[in-house]
Amino acid sequence: MKRITEAFQKARSEGRGAFIAYLTIGFPSIEASERAADDLIAGGADIIELGVPFSDPFADGGVIRKAAYEALRQGVTLDDVLATAKRLRAHHASTGLVLFTYYNLVFSKGLEAFADAAADADIDAVLCVDLPLEEREELLAALRPRNISFIPLIAPNTPMERVAASAQGLDNSFLYVITVKGITGERKELPPDLTGRLDEIRKCTSLPIAAGFGISTREQAKTVCAHADGFVVGSAIVKRLAEGKKAEL
Amino acid sequence: MGKKRLIAETGAGMHGVATATVAALLGMPCDVYMGAIDVERQSPNVERMRLLGARVVAVEEGSATLKDAMNEALRDWVANCDDTFYVIGTVAGPAPYPRMVRDFQSVIGKEARRQCLAKFGRLPDQAIACVGGGSNAMGLFAGFIDDPAVKLVGVEAGGKGLATGEHAASINGGRVGVLHGAKTMLLQTADGNIIDTYSVSAGLDYPGVGPEHCHLADTGRAEYSVIDDAEAVAAFDALCRYEGIIPALESSHALAEAIKRAPSLPKDALLLVNLSGRGDKDMENVKRWKERNAANLPEPL
Ligand SMILES: Cc1ncc(COP(=O)(O)O)c(C=O)c1O
Repeated sequence: MKRITEAFQKARSEGRGAFIAYLTIGFPSIEASERAADDLIAGGADIIELGVPFSDPFADGGVIRKAAYEALRQGVTLDDVLATAKRLRAHHASTGLVLFTYYNLVFSKGLEAFADAAADADIDAVLCVDLPLEEREELLAALRPRNISFIPLIAPNTPMERVAASAQGLDNSFLYVITVKGITGERKELPPDLTGRLDEIRKCTSLPIAAGFGISTREQAKTVCAHADGFVVGSAIVKRLAEGKKAEL
Repeated sequence: MGKKRLIAETGAGMHGVATATVAALLGMPCDVYMGAIDVERQSPNVERMRLLGARVVAVEEGSATLKDAMNEALRDWVANCDDTFYVIGTVAGPAPYPRMVRDFQSVIGKEARRQCLAKFGRLPDQAIACVGGGSNAMGLFAGFIDDPAVKLVGVEAGGKGLATGEHAASINGGRVGVLHGAKTMLLQTADGNIIDTYSVSAGLDYPGVGPEHCHLADTGRAEYSVIDDAEAVAAFDALCRYEGIIPALESSHALAEAIKRAPSLPKDALLLVNLSGRGDKDMENVKRWKERNAANLPEPL
């Protein structure tokens, strides 16, 4: 099944961008993040990114960091997140599920054991925040035979040849284009050169492109989707959960 | 390079002071990230950095020590990479930092080698240095790496003892992992989260180690031993009293290892110890450690 490809196709056929929602699994509790995923899917999310809490979230802003620390305090591990994914899959057959993690958690489990567990949970793809292009082959070699894809991150200063190389050999995936230089977290304004950058990236890949980091309002999502196939919302959702509100856009 | 601003992370504050000094000299703004616990226990260096015009940012998260300072510096850097140069303070972090830092620090080994030959007419039998991230050790080792007769010894911080789990000995007590862009030995839980480290010395309080040290440990070219807080403090006291030199607590770990090894060596054995820093910054820290451990202070050497 190519749920990620299909999610983007479905969104396009409906004349909109795909909505990708990030959750730190285990915040405020495993049950609550599972319910939040249900709510988001009911509210139209096409793909859910399941964030795995890590002790040293150096690519994350304050909101997601706090969520990760709280989840860790409750003892939430990669295995718990995979078990959550498996439960979500049981009643969301067509939603794309992406595991969003720091590499040491995956590496520590062992790449083969991890890939087996991810396949058992019927995860569609893995995104490793701190696994650069040059080092990703080992993980991809474990994922490929299980039909699990990989989502590359594209930074604002990633050269175009590297964008193309990052997209190379991937199927049932998308390019996660980071909107701003910096870490996750809401931004009042997105950089003025973002739309031009998205247009440029579009030219070097046949994969869908989705923009993320800093997006928190409908207005921002709309602007981005005029130039991209989808958008990611993370901190804004986690912040709502932190405030005891329902997860929705 | 067109960079207009410097940032650094620092544990004991030595690297922060060095970076702040360069920034003052070049007229560049400088932000130094430092764990809140380290700000507290290394306050003389905090004052030095401030005098030199740097902004010291206390990092409260995680274990509030060196790794958390590095996390925060990385966050700053990804946001400001256009105009900011990140001066990493040890042989850790993503490539090519470990190699760059080693090459810069190699002045230590080159100079030590020359001085040994000039003063003793021969190379040392052993070259001993403490290992936090591993930069002073790698700098020392670089001068002798091609002299197979010179034994290279790195000394990790044993904190309250390896068995207590409260230490910072990544090679002796850790497992392979990936952190801050490097594959290296890490102190981590069974599921891959990084463990809070402990050492009386702020500069050794890091859960990883430069990847090249792991390579040297694997090939056997260097060996890595462990010195705990009490042994380091005893060596600190001894150097003060017998030589009139106040060493950094970090360097006192290397010194303690030399003191441990010496009795079983021939009288004419030559041990080269890297005194990587001076101990003014540690006066208060050592005093407080002695107060906390008044019941079982180490025997004077
Ligand atoms: C005096 C001194 N020695 C050693 C170290 C440890 O660092 P490294 O292992 O990178 O040399 C520090 C770190 O702050 C230090 O201040």
